[in-house]
Amino acid sequence: MKKVFSRPRSLRKVPFHYCPGCGHSIIHRLVAEVIDEMGLREITIGVPPAGCAVLAYFYFDFDMGESPHGRGTALATGLKRALPDRLVFTYQGDGDIAAIGTAETIHTANRGENITALFINNACYGMTGGQMAPTTLLGQNTTTSPGGREGLRDGYPIRLSEMLALTDGSAYIERTAVNSPVNIRKTKKAIAKGFKVQMDGLGFSLIEIVSPCPTNWRMSSHEACQWIEKEIIQYYPLGVIKDVTKRGQGC
Amino acid sequence: MRGNHVVAEAAIRAGCRFYFGYPITPQNETPEYMAAALSKLKDGVFIQAESELAAINMVIGGSMAGVRVMTSSSSPGISLKQEGISYLAALELPAVIVNMCRGGPGLGNIAPAQSDYFQATRGGGHGDYRNIVLAPSSCQELAELTMEAFDLADIYRIPVIILADGMLGQMMEPVEFPDHKNPKKLSPKDWALTGAKGRPGRVIRSLILDPVLEEEHNWKLMRKYERIQKKEVRYETFLLGDAKMAVVAFGTAARIAKGAVQKVREQGLKVGLLRPISLWPFPEKVLVELGKRVKLFFVFEMNMGQMVEDVRIALGRDGDIHFYGRPGGVVPTPLEISRIISSHYLRKRL
Repeated sequence: MKKVFSRPRSLRKVPFHYCPGCGHSIIHRLVAEVIDEMGLREITIGVPPAGCAVLAYFYFDFDMGESPHGRGTALATGLKRALPDRLVFTYQGDGDIAAIGTAETIHTANRGENITALFINNACYGMTGGQMAPTTLLGQNTTTSPGGREGLRDGYPIRLSEMLALTDGSAYIERTAVNSPVNIRKTKKAIAKGFKVQMDGLGFSLIEIVSPCPTNWRMSSHEACQWIEKEIIQYYPLGVIKDVTKRGQGC
Repeated sequence: MRGNHVVAEAAIRAGCRFYFGYPITPQNETPEYMAAALSKLKDGVFIQAESELAAINMVIGGSMAGVRVMTSSSSPGISLKQEGISYLAALELPAVIVNMCRGGPGLGNIAPAQSDYFQATRGGGHGDYRNIVLAPSSCQELAELTMEAFDLADIYRIPVIILADGMLGQMMEPVEFPDHKNPKKLSPKDWALTGAKGRPGRVIRSLILDPVLEEEHNWKLMRKYERIQKKEVRYETFLLGDAKMAVVAFGTAARIAKGAVQKVREQGLKVGLLRPISLWPFPEKVLVELGKRVKLFFVFEMNMGQMVEDVRIALGRDGDIHFYGRPGGVVPTPLEISRIISSHYLRKRL
């Protein structure tokens, strides 16, 4: 019988530990599929963050080097400069890339480092138990913004991807989501595009992926996907933010 | 050649082609030299990072990729690098970190000091670990120890700290450099992340959630540290043969102390000098042996008394140990030190 669906070569035969309804499992699979389809497994080095996805190295079957919290893009810079012909990507949460690691992220983008950052935006700190993240929406209840986030007290949800698009070194930036089959397909295409931009040597690429966190949002998986559609995407619109391969697009 | 330039040239001769740093006085000549020299080399990479945090993490990345890599800074900047140094230790990654120490705490000043002895020799960042710490006292030694630091880092997969100070960084002395090493001819690192060509994926990580396994990892590090303590102790002795009193000092302070010992020898006092070159591993056994025939010890440091604790640990209660320190970036003269040495010596009626 013809096999039409199987585990990607770039994923180990290990069940994911992520919570039910979490987006990481989907995104891991997409990354593995893209790397397989592009034939890059043997030249890939991934950099997992501190956060839920730190254990990504148990699932991906290619080289992985763990980063201190927030420093992924700086660490990836060292890797990529030493091995310029490899595919180097970071896998970072919103607290990692947009709070503690903001400086590293902006300057890595500004240097046009030829790496790809996968920025998983779930609007909270997942691993530590659902605290407020830089991406937490106004009014959103978290364990450290009880009663809802207030802009003038807690700061406003940050639009990191738009900020990074302003740097001359960034080449490709897109925001996607994994809350529906359509958006999952678009996310896979975006990851492939980011990796291609890197392999073509065009500069820094980043895919922000809005991802459900039903456990910390205190929702069912279905509600979480709907909440992304109704709330998060309204504040964080999906689509290509910058693409240097297309003239006249982006900022 | 200026000390800060010596460090940079020695690194390149050791086969280091990757430098990541952030400006801070009194070590700026090192990144400046690296920027110029590495840009002329086909395989050279220099990045002025946005912070010391970024720089040390670029070092981690380069080290993971298996290349020789260095960063340099001075006290406040080294504090910022401590998170990364802890990771280097945990991940067992080789790297060379130069600290041209200055007066502190806080912003302090830019004058020479030895106030980072504790930070360097006790690990410095979070967790239970050690770094190899080498303390040169001349430009010639800056060259030799910097080159050696890269070898030690690779052999033991450990961060190696060169602990010098603003004086050594800024002073100019003639230097004879060892020959260049070709980075392509260094022994390959079979643990590095290079892409999983023809093999399963490789992981370099420090998160070990199971306490029993984390304990095992700690003991593994400990066994490595014990090997280093057995094999890599370095020190210099000066006129200790017939000495009744031993001065213990490192780096710039040892240089001043050497002058002071010479002065008191002219007065007929039998005083010698022990200069620890490896601050970790500390030459503890040498001190224990010395303590069997010398009863009076004098420790001089350009801080409020840090290495003196290691001297006390080595000699225990038996040692008659005196300390003199000048913290804050003050550099005393050999005459000042010689007066204190002779007053201790004469009071004891040795």
